[in-house]
Amino acid sequence: MIAHYRDQGGADEAVADVPDGATVLIGGFGSAGQPVELIDALRRQGAKELVVVNNNAGNGDHGLAALLAAGQVAKIICSFPRQVDSWIFDDLYRSGRVQLEVVPQGTLAERMRAAGAGIGGFYCPTGVGTPLAQGKEARTIDGRDYLLELPLPGDYALIKAHRADRMGNLVYRKTARNFGPVMATAAATTIVQVGQVVATGALDPEAVVTPSIYVDRVVCQGQTGPEGGAQ
Amino acid sequence: MSSPTYHVDRGPLAKDELAALVARNIPDGSFVNLGIGQPTTVADHLSPEQGVVLHTENGMLGMGRAAVGDEIDPDLINAGKIPVIETPGAAYFHHADSFAMMRGGHLDVCVLGAFQVSVNGDLANWHTGAPDAIPAVGGAMDLAIGARQVFVMMSLFTKTGESKLVERCSYPLTGVNCVTTVFTNHAIFDLSPHGARVRAAYGISADELRVRTGLILP
Repeated sequence: MIAHYRDQGGADEAVADVPDGATVLIGGFGSAGQPVELIDALRRQGAKELVVVNNNAGNGDHGLAALLAAGQVAKIICSFPRQVDSWIFDDLYRSGRVQLEVVPQGTLAERMRAAGAGIGGFYCPTGVGTPLAQGKEARTIDGRDYLLELPLPGDYALIKAHRADRMGNLVYRKTARNFGPVMATAAATTIVQVGQVVATGALDPEAVVTPSIYVDRVVCQGQTGPEGGAQ
Repeated sequence: MSSPTYHVDRGPLAKDELAALVARNIPDGSFVNLGIGQPTTVADHLSPEQGVVLHTENGMLGMGRAAVGDEIDPDLINAGKIPVIETPGAAYFHHADSFAMMRGGHLDVCVLGAFQVSVNGDLANWHTGAPDAIPAVGGAMDLAIGARQVFVMMSLFTKTGESKLVERCSYPLTGVNCVTTVFTNHAIFDLSPHGARVRAAYGISADELRVRTGLILP
């Protein structure tokens, strides 16, 4: 890990080394926080047989949905694939062209948190007594039933933040934060799309949500400059 | 426990009456999550004096009403992906924290819809089990086992007249022994491991309620 992230230029350069078969954690809850520029770059790059982790399975025809439509995704791990505008996933799933692993939303987040925090697994009460408990080790602790859930690490995380400084410290904006901070910790290589890059020191250290240690590459879609911009 | 009240001089509760009733049953100062769909309408009946703080599982406490016009911000949405506004005192957090709040027992109440609820509090609200249905669970299982009180808000009967409060759920479960109170258009039921108890009924007699649900209801 380098203390100062290398300026990767554009989104295409940032995702250039993603290999076929990689597990890619993709941020966003619906469209909020979805790193569309990075996903589009991954689509142009053409890596195949990807395992994608996201809360959903694409909306409309753009972003993650377009990556699915391009046939680059072998499996999606998500909590809520079925939506009114998930027609691309729906078609692929029904015709057996993409595998699906459904994980409760909080368990999905916590499995990635565990991966990023060096936790080998955790006992979780969510899903006990349901079809999603099948095949999982169960344990009763202090009279309550739990399931063993395993960490979910990524080879890459593609996330969106509001603003980065030149070290890669991140702040987010409103509910677009969602999975970003957790995914940033859980991937071997974290690539962030931001709207603005400000000078090192221009972010209030008390307000930094994702410390730079988790960030490898930043792609700026908006203004960038050594003097930074408005906070 | 007090005996049930049967309001037979009126019809069943209309949707907004039901939402208002659920709102009145939320204790003042509670942290509350309202599920997608009908439960969302409970927010319209919460008074500012109640001091209820709404949680949305995509990462916010202090969620306000639906945004209109210039207020619409694609970065500020609720769990149903509807643009909303923030209220004074709002806070944002990431997904792992948001669900830690649930599982950790910090949410006082959640209000969920349901396909079926069993008399001992099992909830089925995520999957019909139909072979061609695409499974999608979202935060339903986390909410079901996480909130201290789980309210279900639903019509008591399906369109074809079957009771959705049942002895045993036939649909795949979301959570076990988790529902505390069921608010329906015909009756309110308090649930416990010992079974369902009618708190109040609207436009239906005790006998008719027993016949139409097929349940033993003390």
